[in-house]
Amino acid sequence: MAGGQERVLRARIKSVQSIRKITRAMELIAATRVVKAQERAHAARPYSDEITSVIIDLLRAGAAKEHPLLRDNPDARTAAFVIITSDRGMCGAYNSNVIRLAERSIAQAQAQGLDISLIVIGKKAQKHFRFRGMPIDAAFEAITDQPTYDNAREVAATVRRRYETGELAYVELAYTQFLSAGVQQAAVRRFLPLEVPAVDAGDGPSADLEYEPSPTGILNEILPRYLESRLFSALLDASASEHASRQRAMKAATDNADDLTTTLSRVLNRARQDAITTEIMEIVGGAEALGADKGDKHELIPSLLTPEHAFPEHLDRLDKSAGTH
Amino acid sequence: MPLEVELVSPERTLFSGEASMVRARTVGGGDIAFLPGHAPFVGALATWTVEITLAEGGHELAAVHGGFVEVSHDHVKILSDLAELASTIDADRARRAQEKAQAAIQRGDDVDAEAALDRANARLAATGTMVH
Repeated sequence: MAGGQERVLRARIKSVQSIRKITRAMELIAATRVVKAQERAHAARPYSDEITSVIIDLLRAGAAKEHPLLRDNPDARTAAFVIITSDRGMCGAYNSNVIRLAERSIAQAQAQGLDISLIVIGKKAQKHFRFRGMPIDAAFEAITDQPTYDNAREVAATVRRRYETGELAYVELAYTQFLSAGVQQAAVRRFLPLEVPAVDAGDGPSADLEYEPSPTGILNEILPRYLESRLFSALLDASASEHASRQRAMKAATDNADDLTTTLSRVLNRARQDAITTEIMEIVGGAEALGADKGDKHELIPSLLTPEHAFPEHLDRLDKSAGTH
Repeated sequence: MPLEVELVSPERTLFSGEASMVRARTVGGGDIAFLPGHAPFVGALATWTVEITLAEGGHELAAVHGGFVEVSHDHVKILSDLAELASTIDADRARRAQEKAQAAIQRGDDVDAEAALDRANARLAATGTMVH
């Protein structure tokens, strides 16, 4: 029935509009979060730049390169993957991109006969790999929305301990690089052993540096910090990317809701008009049908249903006022 | 020529400005002060305070929990993964932490408690309310 169709359409338009309100709000929230995340990434840059330059100075000064975080572990039969995803969805292909890329590296490691150890950050990666029955060695949640340095320290410590004991052959870090507000790219980077920047020995003014305690002593202190700092940068990058992806996805959803509302409104108006037309046709058709039967329009229902029929107990009063029908 | 000083934590730059002198404590317990023209230097910091004597007078105190200091060409860069300016430290909280850590050490607790005590002491020293 026509009225039923209208009701269904109205309900759909209403639900599309309330979903639009939600996606619009999420879009705006994500937009402010992107800016904030970018600022945080920017504020974190001096530290990571400085720490890199100190390490280069130390290596130039001839600090021993035998630190456990720098050397390979040739006997280890396990490759570890740190995979950074988000806790929540609604961010387009953000999670699936980074997971797909990570899986490719995992497949390569498996092809080399290595065991796989997974360290997942964010619920999405956790669910993905758990569903596929892959063992997860460490899982972290509630980090990626607004990562803090403490988070980075915690994750880095887990990885570092296992690398230092010689258990891991290498550690890869899969995350999403934030190239610009419009472009984010999933990437897999070597996390451990640390790849120290190439140092041309004896170059520059650093040869006469003073150290306290020794270059090697400082290097031992600074490498774990460097590791944390790199992870922290990756977390901040991933966080900015997540919010940017969410903003884009929610913008698309909002636009789609607008389109849907327009289309549905058109269908609704057409349906309403159709219903009205049908009603008029029915009334006219009905009147004509009755008229054809009785031949005289005075014999239609109203003339049959005189006040005398309706109110027999008031006949006396009606007689005076009713006149002739 | 004054020193260019930067105090940087992983999350942000806490202090950046000109100073006439910087004092820090390196691992091993020795205090070291840097004046303009200091030889290039790299040191690992102990959990203690860093004192920056500002070029325009006055000074800035900060508690650092480990970290590094690098000096070259009158640039002093202090990197610390946990650094707090004196103005942002809650002295009462630090004192409570100090007492708690001391109690834990007396119970024969571990390295963690000692590290906590060091941190509390550094914070209290930075706020100038250290009770020796």
